[in-house]
Amino acid sequence: MHPAPSVIIFTTLSGLGFGLLAFLGLGMPSVTGWVAFVFYAIAYALAVGGLLASTFHLGHPERAWKAFSQWRSSWLSREGCAAVASLVVMGIYAAGAVFLQADWRLLGLLGAALSIGTVFTTAMIYTQLKTIPRWHSPLTPLVFLSFSVAGGALLAGQESLAPWLLAVAGAVQLIYWSKTDKALVKSGTDIGTATGLADRGTVRAFEPPHTGSNYLLREFVYVVGRKHALKLRVIGFALAFALPIALMVIPFSGLMLKHLMAGVAVLLHIAGVACLRWLFFAQAEHVVGLYYGKR
Amino acid sequence: MTTLTKQTDRKMGLVIDLDTCVGCHACVISCKGWNTENYGAPLSDQDPYGADPAGTFLNRVHSYEVTPNEGHAQLVHFPKSCLHCEDAPCVTVCPTGASYKRVEDGIVLVNESDCIGCGLCAWSCPYGARELDLAEGVMKKCTLCVDRIYNENLPEEDRVPACVRTCPAGARHFGDLGDPDSAVSQLVAERGGMDLMPEMGTKPVNKYLPPRPKDRIEDQIDILAPLLAPVAEEPAGFLGWLDKALDKLPGGNS
Repeated sequence: MHPAPSVIIFTTLSGLGFGLLAFLGLGMPSVTGWVAFVFYAIAYALAVGGLLASTFHLGHPERAWKAFSQWRSSWLSREGCAAVASLVVMGIYAAGAVFLQADWRLLGLLGAALSIGTVFTTAMIYTQLKTIPRWHSPLTPLVFLSFSVAGGALLAGQESLAPWLLAVAGAVQLIYWSKTDKALVKSGTDIGTATGLADRGTVRAFEPPHTGSNYLLREFVYVVGRKHALKLRVIGFALAFALPIALMVIPFSGLMLKHLMAGVAVLLHIAGVACLRWLFFAQAEHVVGLYYGKR
Repeated sequence: MTTLTKQTDRKMGLVIDLDTCVGCHACVISCKGWNTENYGAPLSDQDPYGADPAGTFLNRVHSYEVTPNEGHAQLVHFPKSCLHCEDAPCVTVCPTGASYKRVEDGIVLVNESDCIGCGLCAWSCPYGARELDLAEGVMKKCTLCVDRIYNENLPEEDRVPACVRTCPAGARHFGDLGDPDSAVSQLVAERGGMDLMPEMGTKPVNKYLPPRPKDRIEDQIDILAPLLAPVAEEPAGFLGWLDKALDKLPGGNS
């Protein structure tokens, strides 16, 4: 799949933003006033910034509002509805915390649930696609949810919890790779079933329909990153999980240094998740490539 | 509404004969022509006369080489367009309701004024039947020439999809695949029509007729063959002497 920057920015930032919102809704940390304002500003910048980025790849962003209508069948529509619902609920909860020093517990819990639900709907957009065997796995929502919760804990300053959640997310990523690397082969779909000619002999793509490229090849048959995939996996894993855990666990003396290192851990984590998200798209094989003899 | 109905009244679709298709691409051109001049946004081209031409097509013809365990390789030309699936994943993933399957004839269409161009329907299609038009920013797909097949302003013989009308080999057939007595259904039954990627569970309406087995040369009865058989297996006369003389020269006889 073509790793469109808009979608990578969206899933990376929004995942983090909604993860942070979930922790704020749970009251971890329980903040009010100016401190709350800063926390919520960061969370909304990430969540809303990501959502805005996602509209950049649309052919007609001005009609995006129509996407709220088909929640009964479409995960993309459900994602839009869930995102707006969690932003509105958490917005009211945040207003209470910032301006009235209030902690409306039930509203916070509802907002936290909606925030996690939004990340789940995002993951389901990819998970539902049978055409991309690597994504069509229960591990895909686990990847998205564990990344979001770990990143949220990191941003929410949950010093004791964050290293463990990062470790869990890292483990989920490793399991995802080990289980899905052979997904296309295991799916049973190949050029033989694609053309229906398998029982007649060995099928080989002889001539493509055209000499140039097309939308399908650009969107679904992305092979550029394959060569460095393993190196990028190591780099992404180190940045997203290993280094942030190390920075959280090593005891730094002094509050200033501790905060600085936490900030560094957050930045490393964001870079790492973006790298892993790039791989999530770039390594995903769409079965339409089979018609072109690709993969 | 992007939920699918359980049953459509008719299942209009195409039957494509892989035995007859000669790979001339006339269906590709007539499709592009008709669908650029008629229903919906035109099918644009990018850099059509430049170094890297590309464009939107609703129908494309691939060619495959099939090598059997024994015998010669065979070339199969393979036209591919929307299969108007009964369980069309492209319809249910649509967030705006732009993508829909008609109850009356099962044709899968896109309401272009509702399409936001997110591309998710193309992601969900295993056949590559949908292409996002770069000029219009909306999803384009085969309409089964919905503006031809019911068009009473056209002569009756033209009320079929443009690709079917233009095929010089008669490799494309159009009809109701939900009616077991229709000509297309009978053709499918007779020739063992097949689904593409049945494991995807899309239940395509369009069917493909597999190539017939090729005649084998050794099976052929050729009445001239005995008369053309060589009379002498070994060269004789002048050629025989020349052959032996050249063999005797140094340099090896190969």
